[in-house]
Amino acid sequence: MKIKNTLNQSVVSLLLMSSTTLLSGLSSVNAAEPDVKRGLEIAIEADKRENDFIDSTASMVMELKNKQGQTNTREVRVKTLEVAGDGDKSLSIFDTPADIKGTASLTYSHALKPDEQWLYLPALKRVKRISSKNKSGPFMGSEFAYEDISSQEVEKYTYRYIKDEVLNGIDCFVVERYPAYKHSGYTRQVTWINKKEYRSEKIDFYDRKNVLLKTLNFSGYQQYLNKFWRADTMHMVNFQTGKSTILSWKDYKFKTGLEEKDFNRNSLKRAK
Amino acid sequence: MNLLQRFFLLVNTPLAGISMSGILLLSLSVKAHADWSGNVAVQTRTFFNDPLITNPQQHNNYLSFSAEPEYYSAWNNNDQSLTITPFIRIDQYDKERTHGDLREFSYQQVFDDWELRVGVSKVYWGVTESQHLVDVINQTDSVENVDGEDKLGQPMIKATFEKDWGTLGLFVLPYFRERTFQDIEGRPRTSPVVDDTQTSYESSDKEQHIDYAARWFNYYGELELGLAYFNGTSRDPLFSPGLKNGAAVLKPYYPLMQQLSIDAQITTEELLFKLEAIARDWQNFDSITLQLVDERYFALTTGIEYTFVGIIETDADLGLVVEYLYDDRDQQANTFFQNDLMMGLRLAINDADSTEALLGIIYDLDNQEHLLSLEASRRFAGNWTATLEVRLFNNISDTSLVKSIEEDDFVQLDIAYYF
Repeated sequence: MKIKNTLNQSVVSLLLMSSTTLLSGLSSVNAAEPDVKRGLEIAIEADKRENDFIDSTASMVMELKNKQGQTNTREVRVKTLEVAGDGDKSLSIFDTPADIKGTASLTYSHALKPDEQWLYLPALKRVKRISSKNKSGPFMGSEFAYEDISSQEVEKYTYRYIKDEVLNGIDCFVVERYPAYKHSGYTRQVTWINKKEYRSEKIDFYDRKNVLLKTLNFSGYQQYLNKFWRADTMHMVNFQTGKSTILSWKDYKFKTGLEEKDFNRNSLKRAK
Repeated sequence: MNLLQRFFLLVNTPLAGISMSGILLLSLSVKAHADWSGNVAVQTRTFFNDPLITNPQQHNNYLSFSAEPEYYSAWNNNDQSLTITPFIRIDQYDKERTHGDLREFSYQQVFDDWELRVGVSKVYWGVTESQHLVDVINQTDSVENVDGEDKLGQPMIKATFEKDWGTLGLFVLPYFRERTFQDIEGRPRTSPVVDDTQTSYESSDKEQHIDYAARWFNYYGELELGLAYFNGTSRDPLFSPGLKNGAAVLKPYYPLMQQLSIDAQITTEELLFKLEAIARDWQNFDSITLQLVDERYFALTTGIEYTFVGIIETDADLGLVVEYLYDDRDQQANTFFQNDLMMGLRLAINDADSTEALLGIIYDLDNQEHLLSLEASRRFAGNWTATLEVRLFNNISDTSLVKSIEEDDFVQLDIAYYF
């Protein structure tokens, strides 16, 4: 047996507020309530604006900072393929820390049924299918949970519109969302959504006891192909541990010509 | 030593965890790129007991160094690549453990729905954790560790076809690699020592015999399924008693074999179910006449894996692995795993330093032999890892070739620097 089962569940579609829409199954019981209906409408509009990106590639640097201010970095490259009518497929390749270099993960994400995930361990040349249960665990020891960085589908939450609010000079909708998938670490998330561009500006995460756990701030938004907004920086602060993580994105590319065959079990072995 | 190999399959050392990829360019560009990566490490082994009186050449403390750099170059939109991974270990006492190997020296080209790899390489087949019955392409580098997870590079021509009906790999293996064995000063080892200058083969072509293998793999939702066939020289040697300079030795013999195998895993959100099973035709020594006779046997490993996520309100995960190991030759098997139970506990703290620990036991339900192992590792100072291993061997059968390892309980520390 091999001890290294790290990156268990490692995921990363990393495109917060992206992906395709499955409009079926959205009729929640209280959908008649105006605030619920409004919340859902905002989520659907935000999702719609992410449609047809086809595929994307990007690199990220993750800087982990503990309470004492010590830092650790990780570098990951991410390829994503849009799947019509389902969650995205994504391939993540880990470049640092050096001891896990070459490790790669492949995820077929789904709205409500469990994601399918594989992990490639280069030292053993072994591909392992792994369980997708660990949604609330830390991604690579960071303050981002797996569920924070996985493909965001409309159906993964139910919604409630709360109010309009100006955040750092930006007109926002404040929408609460409640995880509809199993094994979430949250009771709810409060999202500030840019009224004009329907992109997330800030998310507050409340833990299973409904206590504020983390805040995620998005900054340095850039628009690609005159349509898709991506934040250069995502800053997550954990109020309960005093730790924080900064995700810095670069080299975003869209419609690069990736195909299904770049996202199968065999391609995982040659991901490099 | 086949025994020793199969005997200790508990855990693998992350020391072998050489980093593979080498990509300086973070972008997924079409440009060619090349890179060096790898690790250097220092290792100490300390044995709790003095060696047996019959093995006065052995020591109580061993020091060794290893290096495993990797050169990787890719071009033509990464469709063509070259990987070179030499490995070397220098051991303080064991002249056989002081060894080098080309783990990888291969060229790969990716075409539309197939790919070709030519050169020295490694493949992994299978799904279970306690032993790897199905994984028969690469020879075990058994001087590296007792768990048998370290492999020697295998010369191969490999074509992999990706079709709607699954992935088909076809292998031609033109050269056989002998298993590595400890020198007289090595520890733990068989007693008497294996003399690989007296190696013999069933095939008159010896190590030049050309082996063939095929493997089909596909997945259907929660089910992953693999079928494989191997025809060639067995990676597992048999042993017969011999003499060298008047002293008793074991002589390795490599028979030809045909093996059919199946491996399957069902992955639900909560639980993993695993199965590996083989049927093998080969020669083995008859236990009474000590003559080589044809043998057909069946063996399997099956089990489950369950992970408790976020235990005791922390970020830590605790994984539970239970596997049953069976061989239909019963006590005649040249493996200790004929009716054994393996249990493992894997703790992942999920912190920034990737602190992990694995506790494992394999228990023989017939004769109460058991093997215990504890492995713990963490990262430090960015590019360094520390790995601690403890291995304990208890109640080893009196008739075993590795009876002497009862005295070979040890603790091992690896400090590795990755670049």
